[in-house]
Amino acid sequence: MPEIVPYGDTLGDGMVQLSFTLPAPADARARELGLQFLRNTGFLEPQIVHIAAADRDMTFYVAYARAARGVDPDEITASEVEAPELSFSQINALIERELGRRMVVIGAAIESDAHTVGIDAIMNMKGFAGDYGLERYPWIEAVNLGAQVPCERLVREAQERRADAILVSQVVTQKQVHARQLTKLVDLLEAERLRDRYLLVCGGPRLSNTFAKELGYDAGFGPGSRPSHVAAWMARELVARAAAGEQPQNA
Amino acid sequence: MKLELDSGLVAEARGLADEIAGPVLEFARAHTTVAIERTVARLFGVDGVDDLGVPLPNVLVDALGPRLGKGLAMPLAAACAAGRTPQQVAEAVAAGEPLDDPPEEMLPEARRLAAALAEEADAAILARRAERSRLIEQYGDPPTPWIYVIVATGNIHEDARQAQAAARAGADVVAVIRSTAQSLIDYVPYGETTEGFGGTYATQANFRRVRAALDEVMPEVGRYLRLTNYASGLCMPEIAACGAMERLDMMLNDSMYGILFRDINPQRTFCDQYVSRMVNGRAGIIINTGEDNYLTTAPGHEAGHTVVASNFINRALALAAGIPEPQIGLGHAFEIDPDRPGQLMEEWAIALLIRELFPRCPLKYMPPTKHVTGDIFRTQSLGTLFNLVGVATGQHIQLLSILTEAVHTPFLSDRMLAIQDARRVFEAARPLRDSLQAVPGGPLEQRAQLVLRQAVDLLGQVAEAGMFEAVERGWFADTPRPRDGGRGLEGVAQREPGYANPFLELWEPTLAEAASA
Repeated sequence: MPEIVPYGDTLGDGMVQLSFTLPAPADARARELGLQFLRNTGFLEPQIVHIAAADRDMTFYVAYARAARGVDPDEITASEVEAPELSFSQINALIERELGRRMVVIGAAIESDAHTVGIDAIMNMKGFAGDYGLERYPWIEAVNLGAQVPCERLVREAQERRADAILVSQVVTQKQVHARQLTKLVDLLEAERLRDRYLLVCGGPRLSNTFAKELGYDAGFGPGSRPSHVAAWMARELVARAAAGEQPQNA
Repeated sequence: MKLELDSGLVAEARGLADEIAGPVLEFARAHTTVAIERTVARLFGVDGVDDLGVPLPNVLVDALGPRLGKGLAMPLAAACAAGRTPQQVAEAVAAGEPLDDPPEEMLPEARRLAAALAEEADAAILARRAERSRLIEQYGDPPTPWIYVIVATGNIHEDARQAQAAARAGADVVAVIRSTAQSLIDYVPYGETTEGFGGTYATQANFRRVRAALDEVMPEVGRYLRLTNYASGLCMPEIAACGAMERLDMMLNDSMYGILFRDINPQRTFCDQYVSRMVNGRAGIIINTGEDNYLTTAPGHEAGHTVVASNFINRALALAAGIPEPQIGLGHAFEIDPDRPGQLMEEWAIALLIRELFPRCPLKYMPPTKHVTGDIFRTQSLGTLFNLVGVATGQHIQLLSILTEAVHTPFLSDRMLAIQDARRVFEAARPLRDSLQAVPGGPLEQRAQLVLRQAVDLLGQVAEAGMFEAVERGWFADTPRPRDGGRGLEGVAQREPGYANPFLELWEPTLAEAASA
């Protein structure tokens, strides 16, 4: 397949919409400064459509430009988890039939993250957007440790509760702190030689499956992921691993 | 815009809230906490850290050990009798000097010294308060809704710069969001800080830094600029004291937030909220309550009445701590699922209901966060609707919706776009408040009446069960919190005979009068 470029209103026009702030005054040079920045960045035929002073010596731009390069879809693999579309009852039935016991999932927002909204959306009984949370699944034992859980405690609880899967949420981030905290958990599991014992899953608005895998996770769920999506992936994966004899702990 | 409300129901709600507050206050007045005693040290002028970085107020209260129930004031004042300042005593204790109970014959002298130190601190707090009044007179107060924005870089110097930029862009109130884990640490960090997670540590030096930055731009922008921080978590009264000394103008200061959302022990929080509110009341600080958070754990459509019920309870507890209504910034939020049919009408109904129920309180209105996604264009348009409801229902403090909510802490330009939208909507729609009438018996009025009735029912249940029991059963925010669970219980002690706290002795007799101001 040939490269594709962004679509504005004509196939192949390559139009992208941008906004950014430059730390320079919104004076007579501002427009040319913005245009040159876009050319330097590699964009073609930039147009600045809005300039505003965001503060003294700070200029906010809205711009359009043509992309210089496209992308070949054939070279790309999915960054989102390819989870089977299974319903609540199908997931329960799968666990019951293939595993014959409840799947144990332990979840937390770790370290400095005080926000339970992500982990609650997946785990709490009510779930979100009409999709029941893991606690509602009769064949899932869901343990939600809440927010600001130190990695050490999460690992200890996972061992004590003989968890099949560890689910980590990272909502708030600043200067890549979420990546450092997620990495800490992987390092800890590896140091204790426990990494292979669990399905290790993370989720949050800044996470993708690709990024999660780079960090050493089995899967990562980005914004908009629903509890059934996460549950279906975990159930499938656990069943597959059990079949391959890779899940010694609870077998 | 007015609503037909059953005045009998409103009176019933107030009565029930007083009934609920009674036993909570009784509990608070029979106990003290490590944070309350550290507040005494701070107000006596103790600041700084020891060689290991432990704040000196902690060093002193740790030195009390099991004598916490007697309070810090007497041993500390007695140690000052030889002509030392509390700071010098704290430094000596940090160097290993014991902090003994004063002998019987020293008590009158210690009591006199403690009272004098408290009066000195009180005078300093009142001086900062008078300074605020003077500056408001000089620079003027902005029209409501006040435009409230947050800065959260982690670095106080960057925060100061962004606070000034926000003020120039049109902000009336700047809050410096705290580092996310701060509510769970049992001390107030020291000095100016440049590293934080999702925010910047609340320290007295950081307060001073941003206060100075805002004061610097007041002449340029031509209005008084308010500074906000968080007297919540394990150090509620200490943070309030730091804020009182550095002329903060608002403090997040909820009576239950720490319990419900940070799993702080209920006994600890009910004691700490009382004393922290006394300090805030005295300092002229507007408290902001945290009911908006209820709707992040429970569905906004179903849980509106828990917000209203909590507003009544927060108000009753604040009045009892000497905060007058013009300083009680009751909170609520625009958190109903925007894809729900009739969502805007329901938001309008609740915002108007709360406005009508608490006409003298500077209501704090919080933006959509729960149903916000990475679609920044959608978030921006939700923010516009939020601004419309805010101005049309006469909200007082509008925490602006930012288009990158749920994505990252606000960029400079994100904040600018939010302020521009708010100003445009406020100017365009301000006359609506006096132009519209809810259709009698129409859906909006019915919705408001239903929420009020549900709130009164919930208050009735809470009054019957008692506050501790209601919290244990998870009646607020769907979050059960046991009386002996959570963090910080070890820092609570029953007051023993001879317990002395010169600030309570000075302020408690004035609370009723202060609250009626």
